[in-house]
Amino acid sequence: MPAPSLILALLFVVCFTLATWLQPWHQSWAGGRAQSDSLLGVVMGNSRQLFANHFFTKADVYFHSGYYPSVFDQAIGGAPHITAAKDAAAETDAEHGREQSEEAGFLGPPRDWIDRFSRNFYPSRHSHLDRPGEAREILPWLRIAADLDPHKVETYTVAAYWLREHLNRVDEAEQLLREGWRANPDSYEILFELGRVFDENRHDSQRARNVWELALGKWRQRSARNGEPDDFVLEQILTRLAQLEEREGHWEKALSYLEKLEAVSPKPEAIQQQINDLKKKVVSAPPANRSGAQQTGKP
Amino acid sequence: MNNALSVASIVIKELYRRKDFYVLFVLTAIITLLMGSLHFFNDDRIVRYLKEICLLLIWISALAIAVGTSARQIPAERENRTIFPLLAKPITRGQLIAGKFLGCWLACGLALIVFYFFFGVISVSREHQWAAASFFQALWLHWWMLGVVVAMTLLGSVVFAAPSSNGTICLLIILSILLLGRHLNKVAVQLAEPMSGVVSAVYFAVPHLELFDVRDLVVHNWDPINWLICVGATLYAAAYAIFFLFATWLVFRRQPLV
Repeated sequence: MPAPSLILALLFVVCFTLATWLQPWHQSWAGGRAQSDSLLGVVMGNSRQLFANHFFTKADVYFHSGYYPSVFDQAIGGAPHITAAKDAAAETDAEHGREQSEEAGFLGPPRDWIDRFSRNFYPSRHSHLDRPGEAREILPWLRIAADLDPHKVETYTVAAYWLREHLNRVDEAEQLLREGWRANPDSYEILFELGRVFDENRHDSQRARNVWELALGKWRQRSARNGEPDDFVLEQILTRLAQLEEREGHWEKALSYLEKLEAVSPKPEAIQQQINDLKKKVVSAPPANRSGAQQTGKP
Repeated sequence: MNNALSVASIVIKELYRRKDFYVLFVLTAIITLLMGSLHFFNDDRIVRYLKEICLLLIWISALAIAVGTSARQIPAERENRTIFPLLAKPITRGQLIAGKFLGCWLACGLALIVFYFFFGVISVSREHQWAAASFFQALWLHWWMLGVVVAMTLLGSVVFAAPSSNGTICLLIILSILLLGRHLNKVAVQLAEPMSGVVSAVYFAVPHLELFDVRDLVVHNWDPINWLICVGATLYAAAYAIFFLFATWLVFRRQPLV
């Protein structure tokens, strides 16, 4: 029986040898968390996405002041969504009303006396954070969701929308979108939202145009790659570009965007009407303006 | 009644002599203050996330205090053999149970007052408004919920062998009720018989502790609950607490002490 100290020394040498072999292998392993650039990534791994989704939903719960279906209710009637309110600007009142009435019914009539009684103890009426500045309460959860999953594009676009539209925090919105853009360089959704910051808040048409044109390019690349075009965002990008070019007097470009928009819009008649109106405007404009507009309208 | 109050006063003294409450309060305060020091998008008026975290910690701490304190009362008296001189006072077993319950419940109430005072200070300092009625209702309902928890745990302490197993089982039951209690009826309608009937029976039989959880109303600044509804909830909790205490007495009155 050899001395225990020798066994200990042998074990130490084996461990050391294994460590020198395993460490480089682990560093180069594709599934290793050590390559992650943040502490959260190392500690939580892919579970971050799960938590990010939870916190994104939490923001939605806050947006509805706690009135939100549980997993049991969602199995029956679906969930309201914060992005529905974000996109409400592009919706008709009837569409938003439909969303509200669907939500109002998720609890349904009380099933028994306990159910009826319990509704006094939790938010059981549909509500939004409508009062000025109240929307700030959703921001912590969106910030955490963005930190946990930097590749969830929706988090950036939703947070930026509330920051600039309801809280007048344009700088923070732009900063967040740029952060999202760095993490998701191919995202046309973030570029579209960034274009809105430049156009609506900074009133910088040139930069808005550049960003939206870049978004259009990214959209084409992604559509060619995936084969499933996201027509909803394309429609918004083309609409904004057409409006911008018309406002700037670049009627030829505006007409070209409207013609592309007509092909993807769910209401092509309305777009055709806009095209006709714009053509009339071009014809009735003074020749000097028309030629000038055409010159500046060249790409 | 005097005998029960004497026992209760000893239990209250035990709470403030032990470190549990202080540790939980300091932990709650530190975590809340750390979370409060965070700033999101340069906006220092965001408060609801902080209220939610603080209330969650208060609920966890209060449950730990209530179950921990109640679970060890009778087993500790047995283990230390102090139950013999206590019952020789003379004091009946019913009075002993009533005293232990009162002591634990009042001790929880005192702890809650300190916790909710801290919560109020944090909330007012950020929000600059004092929703006194909502805060009082939250504290009141929380205290009555703990009354049911204390009574349930006392029952467990005469049924189960050790305080640790009693505490674990009680906490599991309480957490299950808090998380699932409200939804059991929805689950029941989607099940086939006889499971549907079983789940429905459980739904109507268990004390609905989740009724007393008005954190969402406080966090999101909803109006206070109708006071009559509050009285109804109080009676509901009182009925269950009395039921559990009576069951405890039924088990304990014929139980050998050694």
